[in-house]
Amino acid sequence: MGKILKLIGQRLAIGLLVLWIVSLIIFAGLEFLPGDLAQEILGQSATPESLAAFRKELGLDQPMHTRYLGWLGGALKGDFGVSLANQREISELIGIRFANTIFLAVLAAIISVPIALTLGILAALYRNSLYDRMVNILTLSSISFPEFFIAYILIYIFSVNLDIFPSLANVSADTPLWERIYTCLLPALTLTLVVVAHMMRMTRASIINLLASPYIEMANLKGMKKARVILYHALPNALAPIINVVAINLAYLIVGVVIVEVVFVYPGLGQLIVDSVQKRDMPVVQACSLIFAGTYVLLNLTADILSIITNPRMLYPK
Amino acid sequence: MTTEEKTDSELLLEIKGLRIEGQTDDVWVQIVKGVDVTLNRGEILGLIGESGAGKSTIGLAAMGYAQPGCRISAGEIFFDGVDLRDLRHRERRAMRGIKIAYVAQSAAASFNPAHKLIDQFSETPVQHGVNTREEADADGIDLFTRLQMPNPDTIGFRYPHQVSGGQLQRAMTAMALSCRPDLIIFDEPTTALDVTTQIEVLVTIRDIVEQFNTAAIYITHDLAVVAQMADKITVLRYGEVVEEAATRLMLSDPQENYTKSLWAVRSFRKTADVPDLEPVPLCKVENVDAAYGDVPVLHDITFEIHKGYTVAIVGESGSGKSTAARVITGLLPPKQGQVFYKGEALPPDYRRRTKDQLRQVQMIYQMADTALNPRQRIRDIIGRPLTFYLGMKGKKKEARIRELLNMIELEPNDFIGRFPGELSGGQKQRLCIARALAAEPEFIICDEVTSALDQLVAEGILRLLDRLQQELSLAYMFITHDLATVRAIADRVIVMLQGKIVEQGSKLSVFSPPHHEYTELLLSSVPEMDPDWLDRTLEERKHLSIKSAGQ
Repeated sequence: MGKILKLIGQRLAIGLLVLWIVSLIIFAGLEFLPGDLAQEILGQSATPESLAAFRKELGLDQPMHTRYLGWLGGALKGDFGVSLANQREISELIGIRFANTIFLAVLAAIISVPIALTLGILAALYRNSLYDRMVNILTLSSISFPEFFIAYILIYIFSVNLDIFPSLANVSADTPLWERIYTCLLPALTLTLVVVAHMMRMTRASIINLLASPYIEMANLKGMKKARVILYHALPNALAPIINVVAINLAYLIVGVVIVEVVFVYPGLGQLIVDSVQKRDMPVVQACSLIFAGTYVLLNLTADILSIITNPRMLYPK
Repeated sequence: MTTEEKTDSELLLEIKGLRIEGQTDDVWVQIVKGVDVTLNRGEILGLIGESGAGKSTIGLAAMGYAQPGCRISAGEIFFDGVDLRDLRHRERRAMRGIKIAYVAQSAAASFNPAHKLIDQFSETPVQHGVNTREEADADGIDLFTRLQMPNPDTIGFRYPHQVSGGQLQRAMTAMALSCRPDLIIFDEPTTALDVTTQIEVLVTIRDIVEQFNTAAIYITHDLAVVAQMADKITVLRYGEVVEEAATRLMLSDPQENYTKSLWAVRSFRKTADVPDLEPVPLCKVENVDAAYGDVPVLHDITFEIHKGYTVAIVGESGSGKSTAARVITGLLPPKQGQVFYKGEALPPDYRRRTKDQLRQVQMIYQMADTALNPRQRIRDIIGRPLTFYLGMKGKKKEARIRELLNMIELEPNDFIGRFPGELSGGQKQRLCIARALAAEPEFIICDEVTSALDQLVAEGILRLLDRLQQELSLAYMFITHDLATVRAIADRVIVMLQGKIVEQGSKLSVFSPPHHEYTELLLSSVPEMDPDWLDRTLEERKHLSIKSAGQ
């Protein structure tokens, strides 16, 4: 067990290093963008004097490394500073929206992961059957369409024609849970259609990959039922790649939902980052980016650890 | 165990006119062509033949099972009076594991790495509803004890990777016994094991077959092994029965030419006398310690290899044979000690050696399949070292490639444009030899070069190596675990155990008494064609242990 703790420690340390490098890149990248917040707010007609004064007020006149260190110091304490655009606390601004994004991602994950795994296992079990082909065609078509297209199709069917679900996913902090789920179902469904194919195909491929192994033949020769061969003998050995794909897709659900949030006008983090980039509201963009990077690192770390735990060779050395 | 001693001669398995087809490129090719097999209760049938003879396919067919890409196209398989081919899939499945069980060649690959041994043992009885989980577990521990596995109470709770190959093979035998089947198919159960482990597993299998009066089909390519195990032997070739007879009769009086040629394989002996020793050894390994990371593998290894000599390094898997080769080639720089070539110290890391130093030591590997680039034609495979080491180009290079192909007895016009995939196993190994020769070395390291080949093919390779040695006065370092090969080809022998050299000397001195204790064990573990060999050896060992206990 100590070995695993050590491993987790190492991975965590590397994760932190990655985050730090990411923060540097983000900071530098934004720095190289033409124009700044002062210009954006005051507009084309601003005089150099007023620009200089405004920059001084915002702290933009400081050299880059001073601002970076100041920002990093604050971020370490959980204080991302204030939004330059509206002077609100960034942590407060992001907090609610991040919770919203997580909620949508979790909802989509709860729907998509079991569906993908079940479809994948069944496709492996009945491979090359009509069912297998249908599942492949359907999931691959759904991943081939752009997200906004799927979103509008779903809205067209479920909101406009059938009038079952709302087309706007407008939630606030005091929306009760059930209503929240109900409102978020269409965006969650859109995301599900986007991510299922990847996870399902990987599940299917990983299991089929193993079916030629001697131990699978052995299970057949022991007279085991087909379902047991797949679930008990193949699946546990196929978990590592499956877990990794699930983790990547979960990360996508949190980080890559910008378009879906925009289509459904969902108050999530994706929309915030788009708005802030437009406004050159650097502190907000930096904070959002850092949170996204952190999400990736954390999910991949979890996937690594789960892969190790499901592999007895790693867990119980000789 | 001869047929005469059996009183219970009830017919258990009767296969008539069995035909099996395999699919290659959408064409169905017959791989078993009308084979008959009969087996009585409590009897052991040996199926013997080279790879591709259809032994395993017939063994699996006795369970009514055809591997993916194969189908049973004709014939009857009566097991206990029922034709397995008439049964529904579900009914056939219900017999597997209960009435007929299977022991695979590689237990390490055939145990599921994700589950503990006891879980896999109990799976058959529990899933088939023969036993409850508690009963099955208790039975498992009982069987592990009877098969003399170490710590039988706890070994089941380990994962396959935590248990050694020999123990896994026993655990697999135990698993096959879990429902006390009427018939067990043993598919090369000891081929992947060291001789010292093999003898234990053989004894185990023989004992349990006797204890439970189980019938067995024992599949192998090793005649000496089958001689110990079987009541009767069926010789197969190209999916057809060549000959069948009771074991003693088959051994003493084989009828068919093919059978006789199989029997004669082990007669090859190196022809030439050893050359005079040159004052400076070609290669010298001096006080070498080596390790993989923190795991020490070699301890204070010293030996010399002289020009024109074949030095065989023998030992069990994990004894450090191949590691010694890696040190000489510079793939694994030693922790201590040095490697000399013609009296000159070689840089420990191959990256620091000159092209000429690299050229002088070449390697031939066990798996010719993986040692050849499947996307390169033979012309390029042999041509590359010619260009790389000797700077040959154009016509000169082409001529040399043809010359080399002639040396390894492959017709240049026929082979030069082929890919490795279009060659047989033996031809691939010949190609590897040609590639090594292309560099014009004086010293070649052969790492288990004949282990993956059938006996007849292996013999051809040994003859070729022997001829080349005489023509080119090459030195070989011949790594092997097969003592028959050592007897055939070696001039000097080095015996290794756990990373140390326990004995070295001329073949005669190592192979004749007095032996080092371990050499003795190794030598006495090699099965002989005599069907009484196993009993005799066990008897001798028992005496020895009584004697040493008495002292």
